[in-house]
Amino acid sequence: MDLSQSRTRQAIITLGLLSGALILFTGAVGMIAAFHEREVVNDFITLGQLVLLITPFIFGYTAANRLGMTGESPTSVIGGGIIIGLLTTLPTTLLLLFNSDEFRFLLDWSLRLAPFVVATAIAWRLHRQNVETFTLIGSWLLAAVLIGIVTFSLALIFEVKGELRSVLVNINRDWVEVVTFDNRKDLMRGIFVFSLASAVAGFVGSLCYYVPRTPRRAMFYGLSVTLLVGAFGETVRLVLQENLERDTLNQLFRRDTLRQNAALGLLVVSTVIGYLWAAFGDRARQGFQNLGGQQRQTTQMIGTVLFVAVLLMLPWLIGRTLSDVAVTIGLFVLMGLGLNIAIGLAGLLDLGYVTNYAVGAYILAVMTSIGPLGLMKGTFSFWMVIPIALLAAMFAGFIFAVPVLRMRGDYLAIATLGFGEIIGKLAISDWLKPLIGGAQGVQAIPKPIFLGTELRNPEQLYYIVLVACLVTLFVSIRLNNSRTGRQWMAIREDEDVATAMGIDTARAKLLAFTLSAATGGVAGAIFAAKVGSVFPNSFTVFISINVLSLIIVGGIASNPGIVVGAVVLIGLPELLREFSDFRFLLYGALLIMMMINRPQGLIPTKIVTHEMRAGVKAKVAAGD
Amino acid sequence: MAGKPKRRQNKILVATGMTKRFSGLVAVDNLDFYIPEGSIASIIGPNGAGKTTFFNCITGFYQIDEGELIFDGNRIDGRSPDQITRSGIARTFQNIRLFNNMSAIENIMVGQEPHLKSTWLGSILGLPSTRREDDDTEERGRELLQFVGLEGKGDMISKNLSYGDQRRLEIGRALASKPKLILLDEPTAGMNPRETIETTGFIRRLRDELGITVVLIEHDMRVVMDISEHITVLDYGRKIAEGLPEEIQNNPDVIEAYLGRGAAASAGKSLAS
Ligand SMILES: Nc1ncnc2c1ncn2[C@@H]1O[C@H](COP(=O)(O)OP(=O)(O)OP(=O)(O)O)[C@@H](O)[C@H]1O
Ligand SMILES: [Mg+2]
Repeated sequence: MDLSQSRTRQAIITLGLLSGALILFTGAVGMIAAFHEREVVNDFITLGQLVLLITPFIFGYTAANRLGMTGESPTSVIGGGIIIGLLTTLPTTLLLLFNSDEFRFLLDWSLRLAPFVVATAIAWRLHRQNVETFTLIGSWLLAAVLIGIVTFSLALIFEVKGELRSVLVNINRDWVEVVTFDNRKDLMRGIFVFSLASAVAGFVGSLCYYVPRTPRRAMFYGLSVTLLVGAFGETVRLVLQENLERDTLNQLFRRDTLRQNAALGLLVVSTVIGYLWAAFGDRARQGFQNLGGQQRQTTQMIGTVLFVAVLLMLPWLIGRTLSDVAVTIGLFVLMGLGLNIAIGLAGLLDLGYVTNYAVGAYILAVMTSIGPLGLMKGTFSFWMVIPIALLAAMFAGFIFAVPVLRMRGDYLAIATLGFGEIIGKLAISDWLKPLIGGAQGVQAIPKPIFLGTELRNPEQLYYIVLVACLVTLFVSIRLNNSRTGRQWMAIREDEDVATAMGIDTARAKLLAFTLSAATGGVAGAIFAAKVGSVFPNSFTVFISINVLSLIIVGGIASNPGIVVGAVVLIGLPELLREFSDFRFLLYGALLIMMMINRPQGLIPTKIVTHEMRAGVKAKVAAGD
Repeated sequence: MAGKPKRRQNKILVATGMTKRFSGLVAVDNLDFYIPEGSIASIIGPNGAGKTTFFNCITGFYQIDEGELIFDGNRIDGRSPDQITRSGIARTFQNIRLFNNMSAIENIMVGQEPHLKSTWLGSILGLPSTRREDDDTEERGRELLQFVGLEGKGDMISKNLSYGDQRRLEIGRALASKPKLILLDEPTAGMNPRETIETTGFIRRLRDELGITVVLIEHDMRVVMDISEHITVLDYGRKIAEGLPEEIQNNPDVIEAYLGRGAAASAGKSLAS
């Protein structure tokens, strides 16, 4: 009983402080203030405030799940939620106080007292372990001095600089404004409102644990949809603009943010849909599974046709700005499908994929440019150069694969990473400058011309990318189910045994690298034509990393996963340009979270799911 | 004792003066050795005697330092594992080494590699010859699955198969290359008595029905004595005895190698039982 209580307390405190640290950190790096600029629901809540509230909500719900499972009483579960809500505000509140004029002395005093308090605490710990008096005094002094050096110099810095803000640049007015919920003038009131809101969020989060499964799922679904539509209001408006009257649109949106009524309506509608889905979705899926082979195929056919139809009409549905984003996503899907041959199928960790992209782009640039660097000055059209770019990239893939054939795993990754860097340096070098322009790059690349029309808009370029993606998808599915695909998978699983089975592994690996490179070349060529010019700084290691990450996030070796991965990792950042400062921070956080909670990716292949399920079953069986 | 078929004099595999060293340690020491064609032969010996190393040398996983290996009339030492597989030797591993994340049928289809001809271009274009080969490969795979007793489990991921099924699948994969000689490294390890008996019968079928020469490394003496027609005993990389099961059972050197000098006299019987 006692143990369980102290464990409960520990769980609550840990989660609460974690949540608090998250709020403090996001505030200190300036994310909260930046997010505050974007309203989710007009005159009601901003993205920054949403982060402040959703964090204790999620942590409250998580804690309730954990405590509820271990059989804690509702009082302590819900109490825990409230405490977590309050703890969430604690670090930020302290910082607010330290930052204010009235309570500056608190900071000064804590910095001065900290060495003594901490040193005494350490000494007390040691004392309990029966350490000699002499050692005890020594360690007290040592700790006090060491910590003192840090805190006193901090105190000095603050004293000299006068304000916290000069050290922590993002602890500024904007930040105070957000975390006090617009009560910057009356700090006490602000802290009260913040704590109350956070406690309520934690409370509601823990309460959700007691809502039955179906309505809870419906609620989460409704909330997520509403908040996502709100957060991406600008994008949603752009899409709707293509299809709705201006007046209707203005009733739903005020500039780029959702109006309150519209948000409420959306919440109700999406919750109802969510409810229906949660209640009857399983049965529908069951029904589909029970369909006879014939009917099932028909259903699948209809699904595919609908999907392709949507893909074909997409540019009309979403308009120019988003078509541009779709083209970028498509280019990365193209590269993802290609790289997946090396990584997903053959298990070859290639970190130099940007090489192929660069080769394709420069080939197209040099062969079609009508500027001074163009070799042919218009003799070659886009369509003629695409196959050349493809072959050139395959050739590059082949050449770079030869020296690394004998390498495995990490060594291969490092070597390919090196090749990627070499290409970047070559592109910018003086040596190749007469050919590809060095840092100035190649300009004046004409747009593709199709049946006499110049394809200059993203809506038109979209179709080129779409066709390329579909062809690649087709080829990769064919290969996946072929002798070659099985050879690759065997090499991925156990190279020695694969050799022993009579597979010529060197040949199979060369082929994987070569074919994998092909789509990179095509993507590069389309990119060059889209932008109209090519610069060396477009071809950094980040391209390789992006492509690799989208494969991992989507689910390795999973084609639908690659599309979802590209939308999440390439599309979202395009839509959230204003937060580009935090792009890699969020990116990193997302990758870490994925690796911990969903290592199989967002849309895993059946095999991986199988494996994970088997793992879970084994754990359950072992009484874990 | 197994009913012995007429002993053929043909030696399918002959090793002379075969030596394999690992930086100082002599794992296989100047070994002279042969396997009669069409027989079921066993290699036994204490842990670390060099049995697995011997298999690895035959299959080209290790290159031998001295001596020569002749299989079916041709020298095979110095060849690579895939060449040796193509010449007709297949194997299983002591610690099962399946392609874990591939389905059972896919494992067997990979095993058929030496006989496949289709190319990647054919697969992309969907050429009729490629399709036919794929279909044949799959059909033959299903037959083999049935032969090894894994009917209906072809689409399971091999990782999720039971231990015994994994061992069977590994044998199936080895059979897929249509070998003349199959090397089984402890095929009954980790099996319960019932599975062991099944596997013993199964190994006999390999020889009787498919006409494959079988060499197995085995620790279970009942299995060894039951099915072997020829036994070789290794200790510290050297051959210490060779012959028919009954000869081995009563060989004092063998008993000593297994149980140590003191116990030799008393344990003779238990080894024989
Ligand atoms: N790759 C290697 N590198 C170094 N030493 C090795 C290697 N492989 C085997 N050995 C050593 O060679 C000796 C023989 O090993 P081997 O695996 O052939 O024994 P074994 O007879 O199969 O034993 P067990 O019955 O335990 O399977 C051992 O001492 C082992 O440590
Ligand atoms: Mg062994």
